Amino acid sequence: MSLHAQDDPQLRAAQEERLRATWKPPQGLFLRWTDTNNNRVGVWYTLTAFGFMLFAGVLALIMRTQLAVPDNDLVSANGFNQLFTLHGSMMMFLFAVPMFEAVSIILLPQLLGARDLPFPRLSAFGYWSFLIGGVFVSGSIFFNAAPDGGWFMYPPFTTRTDLSGLGADIWMLGLSFIEVSSVAAAVELIVGVLKCRPPGMRLNLMPLYAWYILVVAVMILFAFPPLIAGDILFELERLLGWSFFDPAKGGDPILWQHLFWIFGHPEVYIVFLPSIALFAMIVPTFARRHLLGYPWIVLAAVGTAFLSFGLWVHHMFTTGLPKISLAFFSAASEAVAIPTGIQIFAFIATLWAGRVVWSVPLLYAVGSIAIFVIGGLTGVMVAIAPFDWQAHDTYFVVAHLHYVLIGGTLIPLFGGLYYYWPLITGKKLSDRIGRTAFWFLFAGANLTFFPMHFSGLMGMPRRVFTYPSELGVDGFNLASTIGAYVFAAGVLLVCIDLALSPRRAKAERNPWAAGTLEWLAHPDDEDWGIRSVPLIESRYPIWDQKDFVRKVDEGRFFLPDAEEGRRETIVTTVLDARPLQVLRLGGPSWKPMATAVALGSVFILTTYHLYWWSLVGAVATLAMVLWWLWSGTAEIPEKDEKPIGHGMTLPLYLSGPSASGWWAMFITMMADATAFSGLVFGYFFFWTRHEDFPPSGVGMDGPGAFWPMVALGVSLASWAATVAAREVHARGGVSAARALLAAGALLSLAAVGAGLAGPWTTGLEPKLHVYPAIVWTLAIWTSAHSGVGAICQLYALARSLAGRTTPRHDADVRNITVYHHFLAITAIVTYLTIGLFPGLA
Amino acid sequence: MKAGPQSAFATFGAEAEYLARLTWWMVGGAVVIAAVVAAMFVVAIRSPEGAIGDRGGRRLLMIAGGLVPTIVLFALLVTTLPAMRPIRAEAGDLRVRVTGEQFWWRVRYQPAGAAAVETANEVRVPVGRTTVFDLAAGDVLHSFWIPGLAGKVDMVPGRTNRLVVRATRAGRFRGQCAEFCGLSHALMAFDVVAMEPAAFDAWLAARRAPPAVVADAGMRAFDAHGCAACHRVAGTRFAGQIGPDLSHLAARATLGAGIRPMTRANLIRFTRAAPDVKPGARMPAYDDMTDADAVAIARWLETLK
Repeated sequence: MSLHAQDDPQLRAAQEERLRATWKPPQGLFLRWTDTNNNRVGVWYTLTAFGFMLFAGVLALIMRTQLAVPDNDLVSANGFNQLFTLHGSMMMFLFAVPMFEAVSIILLPQLLGARDLPFPRLSAFGYWSFLIGGVFVSGSIFFNAAPDGGWFMYPPFTTRTDLSGLGADIWMLGLSFIEVSSVAAAVELIVGVLKCRPPGMRLNLMPLYAWYILVVAVMILFAFPPLIAGDILFELERLLGWSFFDPAKGGDPILWQHLFWIFGHPEVYIVFLPSIALFAMIVPTFARRHLLGYPWIVLAAVGTAFLSFGLWVHHMFTTGLPKISLAFFSAASEAVAIPTGIQIFAFIATLWAGRVVWSVPLLYAVGSIAIFVIGGLTGVMVAIAPFDWQAHDTYFVVAHLHYVLIGGTLIPLFGGLYYYWPLITGKKLSDRIGRTAFWFLFAGANLTFFPMHFSGLMGMPRRVFTYPSELGVDGFNLASTIGAYVFAAGVLLVCIDLALSPRRAKAERNPWAAGTLEWLAHPDDEDWGIRSVPLIESRYPIWDQKDFVRKVDEGRFFLPDAEEGRRETIVTTVLDARPLQVLRLGGPSWKPMATAVALGSVFILTTYHLYWWSLVGAVATLAMVLWWLWSGTAEIPEKDEKPIGHGMTLPLYLSGPSASGWWAMFITMMADATAFSGLVFGYFFFWTRHEDFPPSGVGMDGPGAFWPMVALGVSLASWAATVAAREVHARGGVSAARALLAAGALLSLAAVGAGLAGPWTTGLEPKLHVYPAIVWTLAIWTSAHSGVGAICQLYALARSLAGRTTPRHDADVRNITVYHHFLAITAIVTYLTIGLFPGLA
Repeated sequence: MKAGPQSAFATFGAEAEYLARLTWWMVGGAVVIAAVVAAMFVVAIRSPEGAIGDRGGRRLLMIAGGLVPTIVLFALLVTTLPAMRPIRAEAGDLRVRVTGEQFWWRVRYQPAGAAAVETANEVRVPVGRTTVFDLAAGDVLHSFWIPGLAGKVDMVPGRTNRLVVRATRAGRFRGQCAEFCGLSHALMAFDVVAMEPAAFDAWLAARRAPPAVVADAGMRAFDAHGCAACHRVAGTRFAGQIGPDLSHLAARATLGAGIRPMTRANLIRFTRAAPDVKPGARMPAYDDMTDADAVAIARWLETLK
C-alpha cells in the first residue's frame, strides 16, 4: 500500500464498509446479548453497576429514616442489620469496583486507540458473572434472607450457623463469584494496557487514566485473592464444620480480620484512585494545558498502591495488638497521605498554570476534591492509634469513610459522567441540571456526614439500629437524615438529566476540545472503535500532532481495513509500544454468558447445600471453559502475516512472552498464587498462636513426611515433563512432545493422589482442630491444582493431535507451561510446609 | 451540644482527657489545612494563564504536596507515639475481668489479696487509682468502650485483652459495646460509676456480703419458673451461670444492660418478654407467667440490694 493510497475516497469507503460489516453487532432479541464488543458490554456493565448503586442508596435512605429520631421502630433490629450489611457490601462489591472496571472497559480501547480489548469474550463473561452474582446477593433482601453480619463478616458471629443464617452463605459465595469476575476484568485491563497500546505510545506517553487502570487492576489482582482465600476457609467452617476461627478448636477470629483487611484496605484505594484518574483527564482539558508533574503523579499512584498493602492493621487497632505494630501501622497509614497530597497539588498546579475554562465536569472535580480533603484529614486523625481507640466503630468513622468515598468515588464518577457522556452517546448532558444537582449533592453530603463526626465522638457506635436520647445526639442524627434526602434529590436530578438525554440533539465532536486520544470518538459512533490505529508522539496528540484527527479519520495510520472480515487490533511491546502482531479478536458468542451461568450455578447451588447439583454445575463449567478455549483461542491463521499500512507487515500469530495470551495466563496465575499465599499465611499464623503446633493426639498426627515428599516428587516430575515437552515441541519433536504431555498428565494425576494420601492415611480429622483443617486445606488446594494441571496437559495434547497446535503455532503448550511453573511453586511450598515443617517446629 | 453520659468530651479518665485535647488540636489543624487547600484551589482557578510556570508548578506540588505533609505528619506521629504506651500497672492494682456476652456484660472484681466479687452490667472504678481491665468474650466479638474514661478495646473469643485506666473524677457515666455483635448490639450498654477510693472500698466490701434475701412468694415463683437455671443470686441456692448475676440487682440504676431504668414496670416487662425488649437475647419469653407471679418476682428482685 503506498503512502497516498488513502487519498482515494472510494477505497476509503470500501474499507469503511468492510470494517462496518466486520464489527456489526449481532441483531435479534437474544442474539444481541451475545455481543462482546467493549462499547456494548461496557455500557451494560456501567448501567448495571449504576442500578446497584441506586438500590444500595435506597437502603441507606431507609436506615437514615430509622435513625432520624431516637428509639425509633420503623425497622426491626434484624431488618436494620440486613440493611447496613447489604448497603456496604453492594456499594463496595457491586458498585465501586465494578463501576471502575465497567468505565474502563468502555474507555480503555478509546484511550489507547485500539479497536477493542484483547479478550472481549472475557469482558462479557465478567459482566454476566457480575449480573448473576449481583442479583443473587442483592435480591436476598426481598426474602428477608440478606446477609446480616456486616460487610466485614467478622466470625465467630458469622460462622456460627445458630447465630447467622443463609445470609452469610449468600454473602460469601455470591460475592466470591463476583470477586472472580472482578479478577477476570483486572486481567483483561492489565493486558489491555500493557499489550494493546498504539505504536509509539511508550509507557511515559500513556494517558494517566491508563496508568491508573494499570495500577488499580494490579491492586485488584493482589487484594482480592486473600479475601477469596478467607472465603474458602470461612465456608469450610460454615458448611463442613472445619475449624479455623473457633477458639475452642484452636482457631482464631483475628485471622479472618487479617485476611479481610489485607483485601479491605487496598480496596479503599482501588475505589479512590480511578477518581483521581478521572480528574487527571478532566483537569488538563479545562486548564487547556498538559497536566503538570506527570512523572510525579505516576510515582504517587504506584506509591499509594504499594503503601495501601502495608496498612491494613489500622482497621484492627483496637484488637489488642502489640504496641510496636501500632506504631508501625500508624506511621504507614500517615505516610499514604503524602502521595495523595502530591496528586492533589498536581491538579492545583495545573489549574494555576493553565487558562481555566469553567465547566460542569470541573465543578464536580473541584467540589469532590474539597469533600475528599476533609475525609483525608479525618483519615490522618484515625490513623493515629490512640485517637482511633475513641473513634473506631463510631459514627466518626462513618463520617470519615463517607467523606472519602463520596468525595473520592461517587461525586467524581458523576463528574466523569458529565465529562464522558458525549463520548459514549454523542450528546451533552444539561449544564443547568448538572450544576443544580452538584449543589444538592455537595450540600447533602456535608449535611449528612459532617454532624456524624460529633455524634460519633459523643458516644454513638456504628451499626446500631437505634440510640437513646440520653446520648445527646438527637439533633445531629436528624440533620444527617435531612442531609441524606437532600443528597438523594441530587442523585435523582442526575438520573432525570440522563433520562432526558435520548431526546436531545447530538453534540459536536470533541465538545470539550480535549487533547487526549479518546476524543477521536465521533458522535455518530461506529462500532469499530477507531478508523485507523495512530502513531503516537505526544501525551495530548489531538492538541500536539499536526492534522491528527484528519489522518486518523482518513485511515492514514495503521490497520485501516478489515480485508479478511475479522475483528483485529494491534499488539505492541510492553515498554516502548513497538508493533508486534495483529491480534484476531473473539467476536459475538453465547459461550461467555453460558459459562457465567454454569459457574454461577456452582456458587448458588452450594449456598443451598445442593452439593451434587453444584458438582454438575462445576463439570458443566469446566466443559464450557474447554469448549470456549478450544473453539475461540490460539487459532492458526490462514496466512502468517498481513500488511497494516506504511509498508509494515505484522504476524497474525504469536506465542510465548510477547503474546497477550501468555500475559493473561501469567497474570491470572499471580492472582492464584496470591490466594494460595493467604492459605499459607493461615498455617503460619496458627503456628504463632499455639505453643504446640502441630498438636498431637488422635486425628491430629499427620500428614507425615512420606506422602508429601512423594507428592512433591511427582509434581516436580510432571513439571519437568511439561517444560521438556515445550522444548522438544519447539524443535519439531511433535511425537516426543505428545508422549511427554501424556506422561506429565499421568504424573499430575499421581500428584493428586499422593497429595491427598498424606492427610488421608494418617487420619487427620479437620473438624477436630485447626491444624488438621489447615493441612487438609493446603493439600486439597494443591491437589486440585494438580488436577487442573493434568487437564491442561491433556488439552495441549488434544490440540496437538487435532492439528491445532504445531511447533510454529505453540501458544497452547507455552501457556500451560506457565501454569505448571506456578503449580510447581505451589507444590514445593505446600509439601515442604505440611511435610517437613512439623519436624522443624 | 450538651455532652451526654457517654461522650468522649465528658471525660473522667486520664487517657480520655489526653485524647479529648488531642482531638481538638487535630481538628484545629485539619480546619486550617482544609481552608488553605480550598483557598489555593480558588486562587489557582482564578489566576490567569501562566500565573506560574512549569517549574513553579512542580515546585508547588513538591513542597505543598510532598514536603509540608511529610513534616506535619511526622511531627504528629512523634508527638502521639508516647500515648500508644499504656498506663503502667502494678501487681497490687485492682483487676476487673469483664466478659462480653450477647448482649450483656459479666463483671468480676479481683482486688489484690481479697475475695473476688461477681456482678453484671455495671462497672465501678475508684478515682485516682489504677484499674486493670481484663477483657474477654463469651460468644462473639464485642468491644468494651467507656468514652469518658479511655479508648475502646475489643473483646475477642479465645483471647484476653487488657485495658489500664485511671479515673480522675467521680460521677455516673455510661459505656457501650462498640463492635457489632448481633441483633441487640445497639442495646448492649452498661452503667459506669467512678467513686472516691474510700467509697469504692466500702461498696466493694458490701458487695462481697450476700444481699438480705426474703424468702417470699416472689422467690418461690422465681424458682418455679426455672430462673435459677441461668441466674445466680448470692445467699440463695440459685447459682446459674448462663445469664447475668442478679445478687444486687436492685442496687443498679438500669436494667437489661443499661437500656431501661430500674423500675418495677420494666422488671415485669423484661421478666416476661425479654426477646421483645432485647431481640436475640438468650432469655426466653414467659408468655404463660401469670400477672401475680410476674409482680411477685419483680417485687422480690427489688429487695436484692
